[in-house]
Amino acid sequence: MTMAGTDDERPGQDKGTAGETAAEGMAAEGEAASDQAAADRTIEISVAQVSAAGDRTVPIRVPVDDRTVELRAAAVGAERERADAYDEEPGGEYEPDTATRPAGKAPRLSAAAAMIGLLLGLLGFALVVQLRSNATDPELATARPEDLVRILSDLDGRQDRLRQEIASLEASQRKLASGVQGQAAALEEARRRADELGILAGTLPAQGSGLQVKFVAGSEAIAASTVLDAVEELRGAGAEAMQIAGEGGSPVRIVASTYFADSKGGLVVDGVRLTGPYTLSVIGDPQTMHTALNIPGGVVDMVHQRGGNVIVQESDTVGVTALHEVVAPKFARPVS
Amino acid sequence: MIAVLALLVGVVLGVVLEPTVPVGLQPYLPIAVVAALDAVFGGIRAKLDGIFDDKQFVVSFVSNVLVAGLIVYLGDQLGVGGQLSTGVVVVLGVRIFGNVAAIRRHLFRA
Repeated sequence: MTMAGTDDERPGQDKGTAGETAAEGMAAEGEAASDQAAADRTIEISVAQVSAAGDRTVPIRVPVDDRTVELRAAAVGAERERADAYDEEPGGEYEPDTATRPAGKAPRLSAAAAMIGLLLGLLGFALVVQLRSNATDPELATARPEDLVRILSDLDGRQDRLRQEIASLEASQRKLASGVQGQAAALEEARRRADELGILAGTLPAQGSGLQVKFVAGSEAIAASTVLDAVEELRGAGAEAMQIAGEGGSPVRIVASTYFADSKGGLVVDGVRLTGPYTLSVIGDPQTMHTALNIPGGVVDMVHQRGGNVIVQESDTVGVTALHEVVAPKFARPVS
Repeated sequence: MIAVLALLVGVVLGVVLEPTVPVGLQPYLPIAVVAALDAVFGGIRAKLDGIFDDKQFVVSFVSNVLVAGLIVYLGDQLGVGGQLSTGVVVVLGVRIFGNVAAIRRHLFRA
């Protein structure tokens, strides 16, 4: 009763109304009640009960008589409830009700029950709808406009920051992509250069148009200086790759450091002993090199003078397949 | 009995139909639900007291909901909607507690 007591102003004022209503119904008892002390409130209420819901008179009156104290507590609440209903309505409205009750009781009850059912159905529906809408968006749905504005501005700020981040990331992506392209180009260039240098240094096999020059010794053996002259002449004429082959050894690639030395009955080229006839395979412009070899006083002339013979043969596919072993330089270091 | 069935039907309808709350109703629906709950608990208490009246229940139910909605609407117009709806919820909560206490005393005699 302590909780219900918070509304106590209203019941206090309502008691009077209830009393009046009761007085209309049964004046004699109502007066008797007003004459009596507070303990008799129970009786007064039972009167109200009688006039309001006549059909319940008997079941209620009996407990009132039996347990006055217990009912008084309930009666205060009951009184209040009663009074609520009676506030706006004149007590007289209940008279036609009482009159028609025996006949009209059933339809009136079902109509009220239907109304109550409708209201409770509505309540259940609204309850579920509210619960669902809260479950879907628990924060924003109940937030006040000012909170929403703050959240919105927060989100805007975050969006700006994220946009900046996207922009900077895209820029760095572009940079990296162009870097990758440049790297690929550089790699391609380096590979091409490595090929060129490999051919030049004799570490890669090569093939192309060029000459096959065969030195056949006559009375005198072919001297190392003659072969060296021929090599120099060919280099001057633009030879790009050369190798020399002979009897008694595998072909030798001729590079910048290749040396020729005379040996008994043959040549030593880069430490490999060869005997004639020697065949020089050269890749370069065939016409130019051919002309260079045939100039008066040149290599061919000199060999002819010594009784030998030089057979020059132009070819579209000269293979220079011998490789030069590269020795890492001991002292020289690149300057960079 | 009819009331309980109707409540269940309402709940099932809400679950099945899955309607969305219109934006205009969003601040009022929770308050209306609490007010209606207050009316329902008051009704249950009256039933246990043996003084339940159909008409009174309907009137108090409707007026509770309307008054609660009106108060929140007024609060929104005055710029104190949040505080006022909190106040309404507190008041209705106190009343629900009181009614539930009365119901409890009826059912458990304690």
